Amino acid sequence: MEQKTIYLDNNATTPMHEDVIEAVHEANILFGNASSMHSYGREAAMAIEESRKALASLIDCDPSSIVFTSGASESNNTVFNIFRERIDLGSKRNRIVTTSIEHPSINELVKYFKNLGYHVDECPVDGSGRVDLEVMKTYLGEDVALVSVMAGNNEIGTIQPVKEIAKLAHEVGAYMHTDATQAIGKIPVSMQSWDVDYLSLSGHKFYGPKGIGVLAVKAKAPYTPLVHGGHQEGGKRAGTYNTASIVGIGVAASLAERNLEEESRKLWALREMLRKGIDERIPNVVVNGNQEHCLPGTLDVSFPHAEGESILLYLDMEGIMVSTGSACASGSLEPSYVLLASGVAIELAHGSIRFSFGRYNTEDDVAYVLEKLPPIIKRLREMSTR
Amino acid sequence: MTNFMSQWVYTPVVKDHFMNPRNTWQEEENFQADGIGEVGSLACGDQMQVMIKVDNDTITDLRWLTYGCASAIASTSMMSEMAIGMSLQDAYNLSPDMITEALGGLPEHKFHCSVLGDKALRAAIDDYLEKAGRDNSFKNSVAKTICECKGVTDVQIEDLVKRGEAKTLDQLQEITEFGTVCGKCKQEVSDLFDEFKHIYSV
Repeated sequence: MEQKTIYLDNNATTPMHEDVIEAVHEANILFGNASSMHSYGREAAMAIEESRKALASLIDCDPSSIVFTSGASESNNTVFNIFRERIDLGSKRNRIVTTSIEHPSINELVKYFKNLGYHVDECPVDGSGRVDLEVMKTYLGEDVALVSVMAGNNEIGTIQPVKEIAKLAHEVGAYMHTDATQAIGKIPVSMQSWDVDYLSLSGHKFYGPKGIGVLAVKAKAPYTPLVHGGHQEGGKRAGTYNTASIVGIGVAASLAERNLEEESRKLWALREMLRKGIDERIPNVVVNGNQEHCLPGTLDVSFPHAEGESILLYLDMEGIMVSTGSACASGSLEPSYVLLASGVAIELAHGSIRFSFGRYNTEDDVAYVLEKLPPIIKRLREMSTR
Repeated sequence: MTNFMSQWVYTPVVKDHFMNPRNTWQEEENFQADGIGEVGSLACGDQMQVMIKVDNDTITDLRWLTYGCASAIASTSMMSEMAIGMSLQDAYNLSPDMITEALGGLPEHKFHCSVLGDKALRAAIDDYLEKAGRDNSFKNSVAKTICECKGVTDVQIEDLVKRGEAKTLDQLQEITEFGTVCGKCKQEVSDLFDEFKHIYSV
């Protein structure tokens, strides 16, 4: 019997949209090196510039701001490296401020920078995982070079007041970066209105290909390449153009922009249907993250006395795919640092499950989860120590 | 079609014990235990309780409760099958390695944090012997010398950690003087100390 599968891990990655698959397939034929002057080269270059425009339109910036990278991790590393260079060259602004709940591609960078002796501060977040502007202010000063705050959190979905933080950063003369990877296609993202100097995003989180992303850089913001070499991307990122993936992320960007409102409404409706359903059917549950400022498709729930990995694997047996903040799934003894930093008790962090919706999910999916989940939690709780 | 079996992160035996755990405690059963042992904590992500019935120094029946991941549940379930029918002596000597082997192996990082069933079983036997007012001769029989120079055993370290007498590694050294001569055992003692702290959540 073919097992029903319900994919509720869209914050981890999304499948490519059918239009993207088709566009990538067609673009694979454009094998010319986009840096070449001949016809094949120009053909590829034109496709890339079309994609650049689509990305610029999606995040509301000038096409010349768009730098194609291998993904948000590279984009984030590039930004931190720019300021590392400035600090090494003796800039008086020698401090970087970020938050305690950033994605590992920032969080691990922070550890790396600290080990090397750089001064990086992690602004704490409130009990909903949100940055308090008054607290952020206390971390800012004339010695700050860069402020980096993610737009929406990958685990709990909490949306940060990026625009307000950018204003505070600029008031002290610092540059502002936001990792908008999880926000794209779910909430409006605008480099102009947020007034951020750098913005990272990744194609595979919004139905584009994996291994392709963007770093958007405002014209006046400092820049130094992370990858040195050829003159691609206006000298901002060396390496032969990945034409097919760039075309793919462009198509995904156009779709994300066009479908934003409808998509956002749909994701929130599914998320709320699941949240209410869980509340009605399962006693003693805790919903994590900020419920007012939340990415529409993200629901993070803790089930006391049921451990996350066990829940995940029992759900997987029913064809339901989710993720957990439990230590057991991380390979360490510590559960998710995002949950702990957001004030979730350690016992609750071990029993956390993240459901993240995407465009292919339906109300039937939620109904199926609401049928399968309650007996799993009941069973694990009966088996658990009290 | 996706083959879920081939993608399962654990062995088929682990999966079977996880999906169909044996000898779990059921409220309506009204199990009358002669000894109860508990190790781990909810904060650590693993907690186990083992209840045993003993007759003629043999474990005649056993029930358990576990809060934890799939390997914690499966290893406690496997332990329960192995321990029923065993003499107290043999049960006391049941090791994590024996349980893991019977499960067909566990991922490396799962071994230390989740195989606690043997420790909960020992705790239940200790409890039984204490309630019966009998000497616990097993405790020392399973002891392994960790610090050769000062003759410090793992059981000694375990007891000191469990009773909260050694709250830090320094305190443990003050009491036992481990590692003060050749120092070769320091890493092993430190690892054990961390493990027992995790197990007894102190």
